[in-house]
Amino acid sequence: MAEYLLIESRDPFESNDVGYYYELARGLVDAGNHVTLFLVQNAVLAARPSAQAPQLRALVGTGIKILAEDFALKERGITKLRDGVQIAPIEIVVDHLEAGHKTLWH
Amino acid sequence: MSQKTFAIALMDPPDEAENLTTAFRILDVMARRGHNINVFAYEGASGLAFARQAPHPNPVHGKNVAEENHPTTKDQVTALVALAAKNGGKVDWVNCGMCVDERGVGEFVADTRRGSPADFHSFCEASDNVLTIPTK
Repeated sequence: MAEYLLIESRDPFESNDVGYYYELARGLVDAGNHVTLFLVQNAVLAARPSAQAPQLRALVGTGIKILAEDFALKERGITKLRDGVQIAPIEIVVDHLEAGHKTLWH
Repeated sequence: MSQKTFAIALMDPPDEAENLTTAFRILDVMARRGHNINVFAYEGASGLAFARQAPHPNPVHGKNVAEENHPTTKDQVTALVALAAKNGGKVDWVNCGMCVDERGVGEFVADTRRGSPADFHSFCEASDNVLTIPTK
């Protein structure tokens, strides 16, 4: 069992690749790994409660820890998050790297 | 947390991509924690440490150079090197040689150097962890 940090930087409404990255997160957790999905930059747009982001919503409750970066949220004036998404600072990236977790950027 | 060594690959050019803002914020955290940071800057990122970058005024907004306070990535690289050193870490910043030549950005700020993808390979072998931030 491995630990993964998947950093998503893209807006799912701009890039269809984001869905594949969500699927990667789901596949990794289904295979028995620990997975954290960290939304940064425009990726946080999908974390709004009103966003039509069924692929992200489908990850809630699967065991994937879903985080949205505080700075990116503030920049975009986002103050409310959908259920299952927590706010986190950029420091968590270095926390994971320090711990030796496999860290990917998309 | 004991000191770690990280290899980071950057690809985006200065002044264009939000990726770099986030990347520099991650690098800042590493430097504040006193880690060693090995950066391979390739493709557009080979211009990040270009020494002839210059801040500019913003006449449309009626601001002079000081008022505009335009950040340059070369100054961010210099500040990163200094911050890491202050906290007991070290930055080895390598600018991809072929990428630099293609773009004519071969003059670097101090404490950065010319190199090749072989340096990134060496960085990966010598690092506790690796983060690659590709362009979109």
